[in-house]
Amino acid sequence: MKVIIDGKVIDAKPESTILEAARKEGVHIPTLCYHKKLSPYGGCRLCIVEVEGIPRLVASCTTPVTEGMVVRTDTEQIKKVRKTIVELILSNHPNECMVCEQNGRCELQDLAYEFGLKEIRFVGEKNVHPIQNQNPLIERDYNKCILCGRCVRMCDEVQGVGAVDFSQRGFHAKIATEYDGVLSCEFCGNCVEVCPVGALTGKISRFKGRSWEAKKTKTICNYCGCGCTIIMHAKDGQVVRVSHSEDTTVNEGCMCVKGKFGFEYINHEDRLKTPLIRKEGKLQETTWEEALGRVAENLARIKKEYGSNSIAGLSSAKCTNEDNYVFQKFMRTVIGTNNVDHCARY
Amino acid sequence: MTKKSSKKKVPGKASGRKAASKSPVSGSRSSAGKKSVRQRKIAARTKARIMVGMGTCGRAAGGVKVFEALEQLLKAGKVKAELEQTGCIGMCSQEVLVDVQLPGRTRVLYGNIKPVKEKHIKVLEQIVEKHLIGNSVVKEHVLGQIRPTDGEKPFDDVPYYEELSFNSAQERIVLRNCGSMDPESIDEYCARDGYKALTKALKEMTPDEVIDEMKLSGLRGRGGAGFPTGLKWGFAAMSKADEKYMICNADEGDPGAFMDRSVLEGDPHSILEGMAIGGYAMGAHTGYIYVRAEYPLAVKRLNIAIAQARERGLLGKNILKSGFDFEIFIKQGAGAFVCGEETALIASIEGKRGMPRPKPPFPANHGLWGKPTNINNVETLANIAPIILKGGAWYAGFGTEKSKGTKVFALAGKISNPGLIEVPMGKPLRDIIYDIGGGCPGGKEFKAVQTGGPSGGCIPASLIDTSVDYESLAQAGAIMGSGGMVVMDENTCMVEMARYFLNFTQEESCGKCVPCRVGTKRMLEILERIVDGKGEEGDVELLKDLGEDIKAASLCGLGQTAPNPVLSTIRYFRDEYDAHIHEKRCPAGVCKALFQYKVEDPFCKMCGLCVKKCPVGAIQGGAKKLAKIMDEKCVKCGVCIEVCPFDAITQIDAREKVEV
Ligand SMILES: Cc1cc2nc3c(=O)[nH]c(=O)nc-3n(C[C@H](O)[C@H](O)[C@H](O)COP(=O)(O)O)c2cc1C
Ligand code: SF4
Ligand code: SF4
Ligand code: FES
Repeated sequence: MKVIIDGKVIDAKPESTILEAARKEGVHIPTLCYHKKLSPYGGCRLCIVEVEGIPRLVASCTTPVTEGMVVRTDTEQIKKVRKTIVELILSNHPNECMVCEQNGRCELQDLAYEFGLKEIRFVGEKNVHPIQNQNPLIERDYNKCILCGRCVRMCDEVQGVGAVDFSQRGFHAKIATEYDGVLSCEFCGNCVEVCPVGALTGKISRFKGRSWEAKKTKTICNYCGCGCTIIMHAKDGQVVRVSHSEDTTVNEGCMCVKGKFGFEYINHEDRLKTPLIRKEGKLQETTWEEALGRVAENLARIKKEYGSNSIAGLSSAKCTNEDNYVFQKFMRTVIGTNNVDHCARY
Repeated sequence: MTKKSSKKKVPGKASGRKAASKSPVSGSRSSAGKKSVRQRKIAARTKARIMVGMGTCGRAAGGVKVFEALEQLLKAGKVKAELEQTGCIGMCSQEVLVDVQLPGRTRVLYGNIKPVKEKHIKVLEQIVEKHLIGNSVVKEHVLGQIRPTDGEKPFDDVPYYEELSFNSAQERIVLRNCGSMDPESIDEYCARDGYKALTKALKEMTPDEVIDEMKLSGLRGRGGAGFPTGLKWGFAAMSKADEKYMICNADEGDPGAFMDRSVLEGDPHSILEGMAIGGYAMGAHTGYIYVRAEYPLAVKRLNIAIAQARERGLLGKNILKSGFDFEIFIKQGAGAFVCGEETALIASIEGKRGMPRPKPPFPANHGLWGKPTNINNVETLANIAPIILKGGAWYAGFGTEKSKGTKVFALAGKISNPGLIEVPMGKPLRDIIYDIGGGCPGGKEFKAVQTGGPSGGCIPASLIDTSVDYESLAQAGAIMGSGGMVVMDENTCMVEMARYFLNFTQEESCGKCVPCRVGTKRMLEILERIVDGKGEEGDVELLKDLGEDIKAASLCGLGQTAPNPVLSTIRYFRDEYDAHIHEKRCPAGVCKALFQYKVEDPFCKMCGLCVKKCPVGAIQGGAKKLAKIMDEKCVKCGVCIEVCPFDAITQIDAREKVEV
């Protein structure tokens, strides 16, 4: 489908929105409430564009392209309105960037920079919300919330939980849990991941390092066999945060509570770093050679004395498919028994 | 061009009596001329009938008590008469209204019957004695008589309602039955041509023909946007789906608007009939009426009407043996203004938070439960049956080239005859304000009129000859809206008025989009500063600039129109803004921070009345001592001005007093 954006003829997919078509061609349109994993929302109004034949500005994130559509994304009016919108958001936003976890990766901060907003024209009431941090994992500071609704849609559309939604009206509209109670959910942290500002943060990561200080390593979560791609953030050799990967991977950028928040064991002092072996009634550190040697020795002995079927093997969902395959092969061919099972079966 | 009703009379020509010239009345029949079944039936009445105005306005004025008093009087047994309730006839300022009709005589309306006082019970007794038994009119309380039909004998020396200035400029199509029949009686509705249009549509017309007739009529949606109804039905008809919905929007959230409520309370069947015809035209079999829970009487009467229509086979399966099925359900809303916006309304019916969503997709393709859905306003739907019955061309005979038919307005504010009126499109504002409304009370000067409620704009006295049609109002910076009309006189502060409306929209904003949620709040804060005497240079420019951006960028109609009252008052009353900002003066003397009270030395007779009456004890002095107002304590309630027998207390600009 042919669409003309800022004078450039673009070949757009028929079901795409103006925003998607423009971004594919590298045309910059600022957004805040838009998130590619979520349904279009049209709330922040930053992505407004002009379409020939439509008397008013339209949100490009919600308007589908039509054949021959002529779009302008950067008229003087559009720039002026966008600037006003950012000013309005900032007029109800704490000036806390210096100590904000989101500093450096905040989408609002980027917009303020893009529009060069050293000063804003509007002053007035700011909403005051108590900080909600009654749980060990997620802190909600709605004083910073810009009501983009991404967390609501993430929780509802992707996670299927619906732990948060909008409440109140007008200037006092806010995101809330049921009856303003404590957050009671799966704590997957996917809302934290999509929040464009510092309203939702992972408590464990707070004040452990600025976003640009951390070394980011893309890896696979080793909690289970799903193989979710994750990004580990490490500062001074310590893992301080886990974030999702934008890549289209098996988990499409989502995580569960373990992958997102269960990383403290990595640097924990109680963590096992070598195999242990019981000697004289006490567990003692040893080498892999010695430990595996002892296992092999005992398996061979039991098999010889009591027969193959006296041994059973139980495998784990934390292992990959390949590991599990090798394990059952080992049980059947080396040990010689079909007594092999897996935790995911019961 | 305006088509004049055949019964139109020169305004103001009627009785010169005070009560009559003030009395808004109608019941004027359509100009179609032919005698209908209903007229014949009414003429053939054999029993006397009394009707009591018992819409919300009538009830608020004490209609229930009047009804009970009449019941008692009739129980005494001296005379037999049918006692009925009816809806709002439009003359809300004259409630409680009592209609009396004797067999063979014209219908007579009495007004201003207040049930609280003994003397009014006396009036009711007189009405029973003199009118019902004695066959003559109780002159002191009569408002007028309806023009005779079928040889009804009129009373001498009683003005005709249709000729009262309140009515002479009106044309009642939507309000044809309101205040003239018992809304809880399907028989009366049928006697007044009710359900004939549905019968005609189902038996004689194809769905396409119904849509064509609607297109011919030129009817545009009365909910605010003014979208052509025939076209909208056509879109819904073209949408292919296993299920479609027809929704009646009875959310009516504008402050001061009560057009839709009056129709629902006074003529609920007309809405059901309009919905069923619409359902037939577009292939919908389920209808929803989304009505605010604050309208309990409307809900009650709708429920009664739905039950009656079902019983008669006018709703339900196989209506009138045509094979067409149509059911109607009521969904009560919690009274959020934004839930009148169609996508928010749909979300609300679905049980979700009432927040608008972007269009496209339009409800005609993707509406309630994802199915093609048509939404019409109450007033729009009340027009359907007459259009189908009398033809689109007949309807298009009223109004202007682009705005056809009539429009109902709720006339309120500083106006002598507040109430509900219906005028042909194209009527000049002047006729409405002066002929129908009787101008501003107390001889005050008319200053401006706000049309379209909080989404509308204000039109100044200099544009009083503006024609009331979609295009002309928009050109003047206002909108037709759903029909609120708030009149302002010289004592209205336009800045305060703008602040009032913006305060409403700000509170009613759903909070979804930034320009509306935060932008209207910032505009409101600037206005609050200005009326508080803290306005600064540049405030007006900032208001204009921000207002334009909010209009351009907001998601739904609420935000897109919220700045209108501010922008239009800046356009026409910039001097008032400047007086507030630069001179710290409120020209209308309304803004409390900008005036003070002062006791004028030579006039104060030291009676001490003001000292006694001041609710906050802000006045010193009293017997034999000059009264002195302590400004720090004074809350500017104005009680002292009212009670001073010597007019010794005056209101002055705050700055003046400081200088004294
Ligand atoms: C904020 C807002 C409030 C509205 N409130 C109402 C209302 O109370 N009643 C109504 O009929 N239409 C209302 N509308 C207009 C509806 O969205 C819709 O256009 C209308 O119901 C369509 O019916 P019509 O074509 O018969 O006018 C409102 C629109 C907006 C933006
Ligand atoms: S908490 Fe974050 S994601 Fe949720 S609405 Fe607020 S800013 Fe958006
Ligand atoms: S314009 Fe106002 S009411 Fe409409 S969607 Fe935006 S915030 Fe909600
Ligand atoms: S990104 Fe389109 S409205 Fe927010």
